Amino acid sequence: MNWDWLARNASEIISWTLAHVLLSGVPTVVGLALSIPLGALASRYRWAYPPTVTIAGLLYTIPSIALFVLLPGILGTGILDPINVIVALTLYTVALMVRTVADALTAVPPDVRQAAVAMGYRPLRRLITVELPVAIPVIGAGLRVAAVSNVSLVAVAALIGVPQLGQLFTQGQQLDFYTPIVAGIVLCAAIAVIFDAIILSTVKLATPWRRLGRAAA
Amino acid sequence: MISFRSVGKTYPGGTHAVAGIDLDIPAGKLTVFVGPSGCGKTTCLRMINRMVEPSTGTVAIDGVDVRDTHAAQLRRGIGYVLQNVGLFPHRTVLDNIATVPVLNGVGRRRARARAAELLERVGLSPEVARRYPAQLSGGQQQRVGVARALAADPPILLMDEPFSAVDPVVRAQLQDEMVRLQAELGKTVVFVTHDIDEALHLGDLIVVFAPGGRIAQVAEPATLLAAPADDFVADFVGHDRGYRALSFADAGPLPMVQAPTVDFASAVAAAHADGQVGEYDDVLGAGRGLPRWALLVDDRGHPQGWLDRAGLVAGRPLTRDDIRLGGTLIRPGGSLRSALDASLSSPSGAGVAVDADGRLIGTVSAQAVLAAIERSRAAAASPEAEGPVVGFADSDTVRAVGEAR
Repeated sequence: MNWDWLARNASEIISWTLAHVLLSGVPTVVGLALSIPLGALASRYRWAYPPTVTIAGLLYTIPSIALFVLLPGILGTGILDPINVIVALTLYTVALMVRTVADALTAVPPDVRQAAVAMGYRPLRRLITVELPVAIPVIGAGLRVAAVSNVSLVAVAALIGVPQLGQLFTQGQQLDFYTPIVAGIVLCAAIAVIFDAIILSTVKLATPWRRLGRAAA
Repeated sequence: MISFRSVGKTYPGGTHAVAGIDLDIPAGKLTVFVGPSGCGKTTCLRMINRMVEPSTGTVAIDGVDVRDTHAAQLRRGIGYVLQNVGLFPHRTVLDNIATVPVLNGVGRRRARARAAELLERVGLSPEVARRYPAQLSGGQQQRVGVARALAADPPILLMDEPFSAVDPVVRAQLQDEMVRLQAELGKTVVFVTHDIDEALHLGDLIVVFAPGGRIAQVAEPATLLAAPADDFVADFVGHDRGYRALSFADAGPLPMVQAPTVDFASAVAAAHADGQVGEYDDVLGAGRGLPRWALLVDDRGHPQGWLDRAGLVAGRPLTRDDIRLGGTLIRPGGSLRSALDASLSSPSGAGVAVDADGRLIGTVSAQAVLAAIERSRAAAASPEAEGPVVGFADSDTVRAVGEAR
């Protein structure tokens, strides 16, 4: 490891790290927000489930680099505009999460759903106040996969020149120099771990009924 | 009153779940839908709160077609208890109970205060208020389910096999509490079960469903046992229905025999008077040709058990083993079934009758109970007679339960 090189490039690495956090974090949040209504529709209407899941699966097979290159043409944005990356990763998040949300809602115990119907809940309120809260643990598990996947996918955007930690890998390759590569891997991993911890603790806070020992006291 | 008029339900594929039924469910009574699985009783129950829509016919509450009210609005006015409870796992017990009031726009604070009252009403301690459903036993969960159904004080309560998922001991407790609760509340309850004993225990009115989604009989429990409408009902009600019908026949005055009794304190004292064989003999009468069984009674007149004189040996101290507790008691207002059971389960063959305070009145032989059953049948056959005819066959009849009340 060449610590001097790291020290000299510290300010640039920090700004790349922040960009990386934004470029992977925003799509995770927006993608989740879009997946909930789509997943709810796929769970509620049986006929909608197979096409939704198939389209989502196909979407995920489009190579990220292809999407980064195609999106400016479709959206009318500049090739270096970070919006392209955010839109592309949001699509991937939706592709992963639609199925998770649909399955998580379908897995809500039928007795709980029936009880909500029998108590006189209307469908939207039932979804928001009964089914989604009960589905949080499963949705959270899916979101952890999507968030980590986004952190690694962002790095690919370095190939089209959008600045984030992926720059360290292209630099390292061009200079035949390992320090930036190692630094990039460590920082990406750190971001992934932090995202994971945030999701885990949010799920925990939102599901106090699963920590029975404490609630019993 | 809830009325079904020519109500049918046919599922896609042509399965007839319900075949054109007509039924009036009286207000303020507990009506039980009973029958084997798959004969449409739950389907009919769910038509009342529109969780199932009939294919033909109408269901009306107090003359108003249920379809005239928005489904969600209708359901908030009808309590519902599910078989597997279906408590909301993410809400505390208190918030589960407060569900419908909150849906109706009652403030959370007020809804919780009301929920706390209901918690007590269904026999739960205030400590469980802040727990989550997963921390409760099956019986506790079902009580919360009942409280949740009652929270908005709906005039109608629908219960879909509510006690079938708990163990028999808890089920019996919940059934007894249901009887108590219904006596306090007087709701129009529709209760679905496949257990005929549960139906007979709880129901004011029993609707027997038969395969094919038709109604085989609508009757009060006693009538159902005494006069099943057809072979299906007779078979469904069970082979010992004759015996069980006695549950609904008041024992009335029974001929009592004053059994030989021994005062508990003097029996024990005598037994401990070591070596004083004479006194022992006087009190316990071992080997003196006295009746084999003597009833031990304490100083307040409460029967303690039967003493078997055949097992006594003069001089040997009296032990717990010499006293046989067995046998249920005949209490005032008891049924012929409990009287017969008391005499059959007694080690001496005589059922022990007590008054409301548990003091001994006398004993009744199985034969005397059978005679009472015969009289009760004869009275039922002749319409002029009211209730069982009292007759005293034995010369040593002391008094009747009826007088002692």
